[in-house]
Amino acid sequence: MDWNFIIFSLVKIAVVVGVVQGMVAYSVLAERKISAWIQDRVGPNRAAPPFMKYIPVLGPFLTRLGIFQPLADGLKFMFKEDFTPAGVRQIYFWLAPAIAVVPAMLTVAVIPFGSQIGNQHMVIADLNIGILYTFGIVSLGVYGIVLAGYAANSKYPFFGGIRSSAQMISYEISMGMSIIPVLLIVGNLNLSQIINWQSTHGWLVMYAPISFVIFMVASFAETNRTPFDLPEAETELVGGYHTEYSSMKFALFFLAEYSNMVASSAMMVTLFFGGWSLPFFGLDHVAGPGSLGLGIAHILIFVAKLLFFMVLFIWVRWMFPRFRYDQLMDLGWRRFLPLALVNILITAVWLYLRS
Amino acid sequence: MAITVNRKPLSFWEKLYLPAIAGGLKVTIKHAYGSLFQGKVVTMEYPEQRWTLPKNYRGAPYLVKDQDGSTKCVSCQLCEFVCPPKAIRITPPGQDGQAADRANAEKMPKEFEINMLRCIYCGMCQEVCPEEAIFLQNDWSHIAHNREEMIYNKEKLLALGGTHGGIQKWKHKLEEAEAQESFPVKV
Repeated sequence: MDWNFIIFSLVKIAVVVGVVQGMVAYSVLAERKISAWIQDRVGPNRAAPPFMKYIPVLGPFLTRLGIFQPLADGLKFMFKEDFTPAGVRQIYFWLAPAIAVVPAMLTVAVIPFGSQIGNQHMVIADLNIGILYTFGIVSLGVYGIVLAGYAANSKYPFFGGIRSSAQMISYEISMGMSIIPVLLIVGNLNLSQIINWQSTHGWLVMYAPISFVIFMVASFAETNRTPFDLPEAETELVGGYHTEYSSMKFALFFLAEYSNMVASSAMMVTLFFGGWSLPFFGLDHVAGPGSLGLGIAHILIFVAKLLFFMVLFIWVRWMFPRFRYDQLMDLGWRRFLPLALVNILITAVWLYLRS
Repeated sequence: MAITVNRKPLSFWEKLYLPAIAGGLKVTIKHAYGSLFQGKVVTMEYPEQRWTLPKNYRGAPYLVKDQDGSTKCVSCQLCEFVCPPKAIRITPPGQDGQAADRANAEKMPKEFEINMLRCIYCGMCQEVCPEEAIFLQNDWSHIAHNREEMIYNKEKLLALGGTHGGIQKWKHKLEEAEAQESFPVKV
């Protein structure tokens, strides 16, 4: 047993899980704030611990920014009544939120969130099949939602579950197909290697822009974000698959959705936007054991890119009306799938001619 | 009969949707910029900022005093009778009760309660009052810790109502009566 490996892995897991949870909490706040700004509102600006008003300028500023809102939200979720409606299928009802959260959190394991600090590679599991692992785990995410819809024994969650299973399975195919050109170009499934390739050759979004567009739209669909939020469609299905859930179980679905957003933003950054590397200022090569500052800079670059995509997720939500179900299927199967296949063909031909 | 709506076929760029998406991003970011940096928000931060109400706004009904600071209400109980949600409850002074504040007025209520949880601000009490003693005023937000606090008593209603001179019916009647005392009548 390599104790060094175990200890460092545990530390990395703790840090990454903590950071992702914090990001989830604050992306809920960001969602509320950004939506407020886009809709000419102010957003949450009241919640504050009592001592905040004694801090002269910073206190009121932070309060107006709503920095303490996630804490209040979290507390509220904890203390709310955890109501289990009569007639639900108890075991699945309890199981569904957990099944929704676990894959969302697991996806982050293979993402290289930085190059190197000391001798440690900044990735929890540097798998050789990183992308395959991600797709395998992501496809498990649908079970939580379907199970929630089934277990609630109520028509709206049931519709939500059915819609989500159809939607997620359809878009997973386009998503998987859209990645293949990337794999053809790089010739490796390891995410760290993909980033290394990008740091020498340039970002993959320049080589495979169509792949990126398909991947991005499909990841909107996978995370059930507007315009693909049919599974929870508030205006049609009350709350969709989580209609019957309350308290912490409901919060877990929220956590899953936002963790999925974090994970798919991370995937987009890793696959198409060079991960932790920047093509200038010498930030594109792996930090050696001696250069601690460069390692930290890489992590910050990665987080900055990640936040950009998180904001994009939130931003897009306030632009589009929801797709109709048949339009959704049409877009998935009849537009993106052929486009992805053609994209694979074109990339393959281009690579063949170039070699 | 089915109606066929002629739709204009989409051009290539419209079919791509991407220009429309870019346009949408532009619109939303414009709004975000406006509300973030130029203060163009359409909302009002309620407890601090409030609406300016028109003069004739009809909010909660309060009792008013006359110009001498006496209770105008004479406990006729018309408002209690007419009140649709039965929000008003008047306790009359009874036969040996306290006399009215004003000379010559017959009586005034021992207790006058309006349950602000029941009140619907309809204004019937104001309309029915023969003494112009109750008016719907500019107040629409009532805050209390429990239901009991939402029942406003006479003291509170008078304090909130303020002064309203009005017709001064009883004052003139008193003058008339005093004039009757001395003969010949001088008025």
